Amino acid sequence: MNFISEITEGLGIAFNAIRANKMRSVLTTLGIVIGIVSVTLMATAIEGVDRKFEESASAFGADVLYIQKFPWVGHGDWWTYRNRKDITVDIADDIERQATLVEAVAPSVVTVRPAQFGDRVVTNAFLTGTTNQYVNTSGTSLKDGRFFSQEESNGGRPVCVVGANIAENLFPNEDPIGKMIKVGGKPYRVQGVFEKQGGLFGIFTSDNRVFIPIKSFMSSFGSRRDITIQVKASSMADIEDVKEELRGIVRKSRMLKPSQADDFNINQQELLTETFGAITAVIAAVGFFITGLALFVGGIGIMNIMFVSVTERTKEIGIRKAIGAKRRTILLQFLIESSIICLFGGLLGLIVAYPLSLIANQILPTAMPLEVVAIAIIISLLVGVISGFLPAYRASRLNPVDALRYE
Amino acid sequence: MEIINLKQIKKIYDMGGAEEVQALRGVDVIIGKNEYVAIMGPSGSGKSTLMNIIGCLDTPTSGLYEFNKINVSEMNDDQLAKIRNKEIGFVFQTFNLLARSNALHNVELPLIYAGINKATRRQLAKQALDQVGLADRMMHKPNELSGGQRQRVAIARALVTNPSIILADEPTGNLDTKTGDELMTLLAEVHQQGNTIILVTHEEYIAEHAKRIIRLRDGHIESDTIVENR
Repeated sequence: MNFISEITEGLGIAFNAIRANKMRSVLTTLGIVIGIVSVTLMATAIEGVDRKFEESASAFGADVLYIQKFPWVGHGDWWTYRNRKDITVDIADDIERQATLVEAVAPSVVTVRPAQFGDRVVTNAFLTGTTNQYVNTSGTSLKDGRFFSQEESNGGRPVCVVGANIAENLFPNEDPIGKMIKVGGKPYRVQGVFEKQGGLFGIFTSDNRVFIPIKSFMSSFGSRRDITIQVKASSMADIEDVKEELRGIVRKSRMLKPSQADDFNINQQELLTETFGAITAVIAAVGFFITGLALFVGGIGIMNIMFVSVTERTKEIGIRKAIGAKRRTILLQFLIESSIICLFGGLLGLIVAYPLSLIANQILPTAMPLEVVAIAIIISLLVGVISGFLPAYRASRLNPVDALRYE
Repeated sequence: MEIINLKQIKKIYDMGGAEEVQALRGVDVIIGKNEYVAIMGPSGSGKSTLMNIIGCLDTPTSGLYEFNKINVSEMNDDQLAKIRNKEIGFVFQTFNLLARSNALHNVELPLIYAGINKATRRQLAKQALDQVGLADRMMHKPNELSGGQRQRVAIARALVTNPSIILADEPTGNLDTKTGDELMTLLAEVHQQGNTIILVTHEEYIAEHAKRIIRLRDGHIESDTIVENR
């Protein structure tokens, strides 16, 4: 038997049946409409939460990788790490030139020195030598003034940018911009002040730091120092790819043979990512569970109405069987009908959900992803097939003699 | 050439518990090509059951049923559906047309299930409707047709697959006498064109159109007579 003509006939019958019972079809469809609306909105919301997370993650510096001699976690032998070759500025240059997945690269080197302005002193300021790229690799922004420029950075000018705590302590009553301060005995002109970060991630913040060009740092405080290279990934999503790329570049730069293990570590504030990841996962799980319930209820509605439809059309099924419809044909006919009702509901759901997602966009940075449209259509078809199966199966098993006699 | 060969056909309905109804108690019938047979009997005689078995709508409890020399008494649902589709044309007392489809689509339906392509289907269905004199009513739905016209559509539907037998179950039961007579004339024409017709009825004057009358009583064949001079 010709499958195509079976489908066409099934479609025709389905449209006829739906048209004949408009009100009933619309009411039945409502369950699916609600289900699909909640699926799409939920997916859109989760997409929004993800994007929001990515934004805050980069604000917190979760998308910044740190190339260092020492790992942040792990219990290896301290001396092995200690004896590794130092990380040098050349490696940072190699990354700058070769990496494709990164947004900014900044080397940094830190030492603790007293900072002084007049008779006011901060004894344990973190003096940080870095390049003008530093602001681009960290999520911090300036409250006042500006970060040092590329020229100042390359030229090793005696300029500095100070963290919020340093500024508060050295300049309680005056504007720090343009003032000369002494750090480790050397004079630097204050170009800018960082916004206060405070809070949870104190060690990573700029609050207690004084930033100077790395060239100035090396000439004043010694160039044979182990440095940290800070790399900001261009996207949080493919952070693992970024790590792989960096690994390759650093290995090459340090001329490691394939047989040799890495003699450096790529560190990351994983805790942050993992916590956020867990939160989104919970939101998604709860959301999809509720959504699933809505669809389940819709599916039961469809099943119920399909049973009614089969009973109503017992005689018709009898006629069709008498003149040669096989079980499969009848099964297909009713499956097509329930699928069409659900598909119709799914499309209607999408039409309703789209403006709602635009409203959601006011709260979360999101848009209805195209996959969600495809998934919604597939889900509604699936609900149609699943909830239509039992009634369709019953119809296909009807005995033609009894079905013909049914009034 | 024999088309239908029934040997010791029995049909027992289990009514639940120890109760059972023996609708057919061993029926032997052979029907050949181009015969015009009427099956008669009062209600409860088993003629509906026999018709259902001959029409492959039902299977016997025991006995052998050969259709065109093929044993159909033990076929499954789908195999029987195929036989019904290709070999049997049904004409029912209540017409049994699809209410929401027009005449043309009703006649096309068996061809759809036979997997015939659309163009051929259309052409065959139009021919069949033309043959029963309804060429100008093709696009009408059953409720827009008179009883006689509906039954003609049913006959066209039965003829369209060029089946081995046409099984008419009280075809005039829902028609007035005049329309009934016209319909019987049409069936006679169909018979003259070489078709085999089995007519189930309880009315003598309808049965008289046939060339052979089989009378049933209490699940047995009471008589099987050839009608002369017709």
